[in-house]
Parts: sequence; C-alpha cells; structure tokens
Amino acid sequence: MLTALGVDHAEVSVGQGSELEVSVRKGEVELIKEAVSHGMSVRVIRDSRVATSATTDFGSEALERFLARTVEMATIAEQDSLAVPPDPGELATTRRPELDLFDPRSDRIDADRAIRIAMSAEKAAFRADKRISNSEGASFSRSSGHGVLATTGGFVGHNAGTYQSLVVQAIADDEQGKKRNGSYWTGSRFFAELEPAADVGREAARRAVAQLGARKMPTGVYPVVFDREVARTIVGLLASCVLGDAVYRDRSYLHKRVGTKIASELVTIVDDPLISRGPGSRAFDGEGRAVKRNVVVDRGVLKTFLLDTYSARKLGLSPTGSAAGGGGIPHSSTSNLLLKKGKGKPASLLHGIDRGLYVCKMMGFGFDPVTGNFSRGAEGFLIERGEISVPIGEITISRNLDELLKGIDKVAADLELRTATASPSFRVDEMTIAGT
Amino acid sequence: MARAHARTSVLESPLHAEAPFSVTGSYAITPAHAHKLIARALARGGDFADLYFEYRRSTSIAMEDGLVRSVGGGVDAGVGIRVVQGAAVGYAFSESLEPDEMLRAAETAGRIASTGRTRGKARIAQRAIASRYRVEREVVDAPGDVRIALLRRADQAARSYAASIIRVDAALVSVHRELLVVSSTGHMIYDVQPMVRLSVSSVARRGTRVESGSSSGGGRYGLDYFNRVSPEEHGRDAARVAIINLDSRATPAGTLPVVLAAGDSGILLHEAVGHGLEADFARKRTSNYTDRVGQVVASPLVTVVDDPTIASSRGSINVDDEGVVPSEHRLIEAGVLAGYLHDRISAAHFGVEPSGSGRRESFREIPLPRMSNTFMAPGEDAPEDIIRSVKRGIYAVKFSGGQVNISNGDFVFSLTEGYLIEDGKITAPLKGANLIGNGPDALNTVTMVGHDFVLSDGMWTCGKDGQSVPVGVGMPTVKLERLTVGGTTVE
Repeated sequence: MLTALGVDHAEVSVGQGSELEVSVRKGEVELIKEAVSHGMSVRVIRDSRVATSATTDFGSEALERFLARTVEMATIAEQDSLAVPPDPGELATTRRPELDLFDPRSDRIDADRAIRIAMSAEKAAFRADKRISNSEGASFSRSSGHGVLATTGGFVGHNAGTYQSLVVQAIADDEQGKKRNGSYWTGSRFFAELEPAADVGREAARRAVAQLGARKMPTGVYPVVFDREVARTIVGLLASCVLGDAVYRDRSYLHKRVGTKIASELVTIVDDPLISRGPGSRAFDGEGRAVKRNVVVDRGVLKTFLLDTYSARKLGLSPTGSAAGGGGIPHSSTSNLLLKKGKGKPASLLHGIDRGLYVCKMMGFGFDPVTGNFSRGAEGFLIERGEISVPIGEITISRNLDELLKGIDKVAADLELRTATASPSFRVDEMTIAGT
Repeated sequence: MARAHARTSVLESPLHAEAPFSVTGSYAITPAHAHKLIARALARGGDFADLYFEYRRSTSIAMEDGLVRSVGGGVDAGVGIRVVQGAAVGYAFSESLEPDEMLRAAETAGRIASTGRTRGKARIAQRAIASRYRVEREVVDAPGDVRIALLRRADQAARSYAASIIRVDAALVSVHRELLVVSSTGHMIYDVQPMVRLSVSSVARRGTRVESGSSSGGGRYGLDYFNRVSPEEHGRDAARVAIINLDSRATPAGTLPVVLAAGDSGILLHEAVGHGLEADFARKRTSNYTDRVGQVVASPLVTVVDDPTIASSRGSINVDDEGVVPSEHRLIEAGVLAGYLHDRISAAHFGVEPSGSGRRESFREIPLPRMSNTFMAPGEDAPEDIIRSVKRGIYAVKFSGGQVNISNGDFVFSLTEGYLIEDGKITAPLKGANLIGNGPDALNTVTMVGHDFVLSDGMWTCGKDGQSVPVGVGMPTVKLERLTVGGTTVE
C-alpha cells in the first residue's frame, strides 16, 4: 500500500499484547486489570522527507486513511539526505539467534493465581517484622507481546516476549508522622525464574525497618558505596551520553572522547543484545539491522558510541545495530547494558572506609548529559570503620559523572540480570554529600 | 457550571467533536448504549461503574539544528471500563468500539464484584458543562507551514542571541483530545481538551566549556498562545540560560537559605505537599500527612491551593476523568492542613463529596487522585526585599523536575538556573544542583512570601504509578530559611 503511495522507503511495526495486573493490600484485592491491545507505527521516507505516525485502528478504511495521511505529512518535512535506511547487506538475515524470550506459561496465569502470589508476598512482609504496620500493597503483573517489523527493503522480522513481575511495598511507622517504605521486586521473562513470593515480602519488610530513625549526616566529602540497584542507575546515566542522538546533538560530554579514558580501569561496560532470556535482548534492531555485542567501555577507555543509521551518518561513523523499536522516529537505544562484575562480595567494598556512605536509593532527576554534572537525593546507611551503621536520609550526593566514573576504585561480583541495564555494587573514592 | 437543558432526544455535540464515539461518529454512544454497558459491568454487583471513552489526535514537528527533521502524529481511541466495590477495582479496556468487544470489557471489569448487589442505578443523562479552554483554532489543525514557521522563529531567535550558541533544537507538540465519561451515578459528560507545547533548547560553547539551556511553554490554547508568549521569547530564553551557564561555578553544599523565584518553583509545592495530600495515600494511611487535617504543617504565611478551573492552564480540566465537575481545592490555609485531593473511592471512604481530582493518563488506566494546578497564594513582601534579606544563600530560578517519597515526606527538585546571593545581592550563576528537604519541615521555614504571583508557562508533566498527566504550578517569590543544597563545594 505504501509503495503505491509513492514512498521511497517505509518501516512498519505492528504489535499486539496482552496484560494482567492485580494488586492486593492488607489481605484484600484492590485491583484486577486485564486487557488486550494492539498498535501500529510507521515511518515513511519520500523524496528524502520523513514522517512518522501511529494508530490503533486496524479497520481497512481507517488504515488506508492513516497511511495516506502519514505520506502527506512527509511533504511538510524538509529534505534530509541522511535519513536513509540501512544497506540491505546489513540487515539481519533469516538465520536469527533464538533468544528464548517467550514463556508459554505466562499467558495462562489467571487473576486468581496472580492474586494468590501477591497475597502470599504481602503476608510474608507483615509476618517478617512486627514493626511492619502497613503496606502500600503487593502487585503481580504479567504481559506478553508479539510484534512484526517489515520494511520496504525486504526485511521482515517477528519478535515475541513475555515478562512478569511481583513487587511488595511494606511500611513501618517512624517518629514525627514519618513512615518508612521498603520496597522489593522480582521480575523475569520466565515465570519459573521469579524469586519466591515470601522472599520478596521479607526483603521489603527488612528494608522498611532498616530505615527507621534515618537522619541527615554532616555535609562533607566522603567515599560512597553504591548498592547494585543504584549502581545501575549510574550506568544508565552513562548510557544517555553514549547514545547516538545525544552525541550528534552536542548533548553529551563524551563527544570526541572515543579512545580516551572516561572511567577507572575497573570499569568495562558492554551492550549485549544476544543474552538468552535477557530483559533487553533483541534478535534484530529497530531498523531490521543485524545486532552484535558491543564493548562500549573497555577497562576505562571509551571504545564506541551506540548508533543507529541516522546518528552514525551524522557522526561519520559506522552504525552499531542499536536502533530502538521500529516505525517511529529512529533513535538509538541500549539492549542489555552491563557493567562487568569485579571481585568479592558487596561487604568487601566497605573495608578501609573510616567514614562514608552506603547508598540504597536515589531520588530526582539531577543529571546534565551536556556537562556530566550529577546531583541527586539519596538514602542509605552511614559506613563507620568498615561497617554499616545508622540509616541516613534527606541528603544529596554530587560529583561530575566524568570524575565519578574515574573514581570507581572497587567493583564487587554481585551482578544480576534482573533489569536491562545492570551493574554490580561499586565504590567511588569520594563524593560531596550535602546534609546538615 | 451549566445544568443540562431538558433535551431527551438530541445530544449536544461540542465544537470540533470528531471522535468515533461522538454524536456524529461511526460508533456514536447514546445514553442507551452507555446504560447497557454499565448494566453489564454491574451484573455481578458493585458500588458503581464508569465508562471512559477517549480519543486523541496528536501532531509533532521536530526541528533539529534548523532542519525540520521529521513530522509525526497519531490517533488513539478506546474505552476503559471500571467497576468499584468498596476499595476494590475491576478494570478492562478496549481499543475497539465494536459493541461486543465493549461488552466483553464490561464483563471483565465486573468480575471484581461478588456481592450480587448494587446501589439503585441512576438514569443516565448527558450534562453540559462550562469550558475554561474553548479553542476555535487548535494548533493540531494548523497547516504544516504555519507550525514550521513558529519553530523557525524560535530557532532564529535562539541562534542570533549570541555567537557562542552552536546548536538549537525545537519541537512543537499539539494534541486534540476528546473524552466522554459516563458514571452509573447518572452523569454523562463530554469534554474537548486542546493542548499545545513548544520547547526549545540550545547549546553554547566557549573554548572547551559547553553548556545548555532550555525554555518550554504552552497550555490549553490554540495558535493564540503565541500572541501571549512568542516563539522568540522561548528561543531567547533558551539561549540566555545556556550563555549564563557558561559562567556558572560550583554550587555550595550544605543547608542554606533559598529564595525561590516566582513561577516554576511551584514544583516545590507539587513535591513537598501536593502528592502527600492525594487522598489515596491518606485513605491507606501511607503518607506522612495521614491524619493531619486541622494540624499546622507549614508557616502561617503559607496558603496552598490546587485549582483545576484556571482558564487555559495546562493543568486545568473542565471535568475530571471520573465525570466529576471540579472546583478549587484549598489544601493549606495559613499553615493549617485543610483537606485532601479526592477521587470517588477516597471521597466515599472519608464521607465527603468527590471534588474532581480523579485523573488518568488514558483510557488504558484507572483514575487516581492527582493534582491539577497547584500554587501558593501571594503574600505581602516585595521580591527585592526578600533577596536583600539573605546574607548568603541561593536564588533558584529554573528547574528540571522533582520527586517525592510520600512515606517520609522527603522531596527533591533539580535546579538548572540558579545564583549565589551574597550580602543581599544576586551574584554568581551556579552549576545545577539538587535541592532536598522534608515537606512539613521545609514549609515551616517559609519566612517571606512575595506579592508577585506567577503561574508557570505550561510545561510540566506529573508522574504517579506509571501514569503521566499534564499539570500546572505557580508561586510568588518565596524565602525558605533552610533547605539542603546538593552542591559540590563544601563551605
């Protein structure tokens, strides 16, 4: 239909999904939500002009109108000689890796089963500690999706994936009307790989209680240990500076830094789309391009940006198969982005710290990719003479990301692939903490 | 608020109604259709049910470095059906408006109920409402070249501001949204909601130093927005901030007096108080403002209001997403907590009338208590006097966003344009830093409130439980005696 409308190139992405979400609170069902959804997004190039559009109406008349309108929109855009599709030789071939992303059991989990799982998780939280007086509830959700990406260049690719997750938020009452919320979750593409519900509940309770009495610490410069759940946020900030769009738009402090040291030698970061059951895995990228593992940072040296066709052309570099989901305005995205694990347990990161901070949670959006300036709210524990001591909250931690990454002086071995961007716990030699 | 006229056979169709479920649409929904769906949803019982039909047509243009890189758009439509029994919610949505698909969604939603009993079903009748944002020419319908011309004006103004501006990007997004909300309480209300948002950002370079700045605005306007705030003003402001940041120096770290400039600093309220007063948290007793109505939670200079009825503001709504016509909500009166923001479920729990704070991101989501336009009432002080009163502190002007932990009340917001105040004068520009405080503690340190109230230009989006809604904020110039500033220089 699109070639009949005179387009030179088009990408069409069609998807269908189904979801179930249940929440319980204090032993009562709070929400049951179920739905099936579908959508189509399209990118067209005509005479070097680009338009993108999306719809959920698949009726044949509506589709015809939708496609005609999309092509019409392209006449308003300006000619962009760099907006070209990938070379056919660079597209993913028909022999694609099997990434094992779809669990056939997932769609069969019904509301009753989901409710039982959430209930047992919440009950375990209440039982774990009598100071747990309340909860925001426990939620279980599962989703499955199927998609097809087709391009006028002849590429057709199908992907399918499932995901389920369970989260519990336990609450303990503290002084001055404050409450302490401890949250923990498990998530996986395969139902059988979720952590047991009771473990999730108990961990949520432990975290709530551990924050009782949290107070500020004195302003100063201290060594900081990042728990792996927070460490991955730091890796995510680096990601925003190596994605092609940020680099060619002069919005990354890492522009022109390929080949130079941007982190300590302990830091190796890899983008790997081919991990079996990986949360971020994909067999082909959003333009249909073949994908591969890319070493982004090798022992502290920046080796490559992550580029889709457009950003690669803007920068005069080669694409890395990092285009985000097809059909919309092309941009790059990470797949599974991992900081390679180091040695030792997280507790070993505390050795030698006379006075420092162990960060468990961060808050806010304080990061500027143009300068690398980083400043966010934080919660965690004081480290005194190599041990965890009192809970700390209502403080901020700040340091330019360029310096922070170079200041990573120890990396633990506790990497787990629960999220697409993941990291082991690590220690930074110093950061400025603002408190009292 | 207008009452419906006694027309039983002709439905009113507001200006520009084009949704498939509107009177002239291919899947027009009449009170009879709605009644059938509601009845199916309540077949197993339940306290009430609602239908939320939504249609959304959006367009966007991205101009990168002076080139119209792409033109985008989309159409989305569907219905969300909810059944409520006590505090339990059953929910299903359908992207198809075929009768049997909708009935199936109604049945799915109805499975939450088990009592077999429902309250008496009210007769469903359409009700007309007043509009605070009736727009004749929506931006979404403006020809492409008109929209591009607006972007080009912003782009040129930013580029020509200074030689050190090396890059400008701009985007214009406009949305035409229609909703039809039907409640088993009897109301059937149609609303047309326009929205426009222009954002400009620029990058400046001097030697090896690179900095950025941005400016955004809009609201429930048509093209007339650009007569109030021109594209050039946004372009110049985006450039101005980038240039100022080239001279910014390291921010002090520690607890300091902070003067918040009028306007966008209203996000302090949004985070410090707003979320904590959403009544679902109060109902579940999970926020630090639980059980505090009637107590002092701020200095007596502080009065905080959430008002969905401000004409044309980004956060305004003529009707909430549960079909309740809203009014102004007085949250804090002279330091005393006056009330919460209720949706239907929490209003029933607390035995009050729902006040129109139930909002949702789309028909795919359940409504939750949300804010609309949240602001502090102006006081008596002159802004110049407020700055003069600070020996050493921070003057905070522009922000990128904030977040709150509603359990303990800790909130943060990130500064993107700020200055040092030394001996009562604004001096050096400062690098971005995070500010952190605790709700009641921070508001108790308000010692001066200016008379210069400003409502922020329409740019803010609020996230809660994975759902985004557009909001507005407002503030006069305000002094907080103590807030923790996340700088990098220890004093």
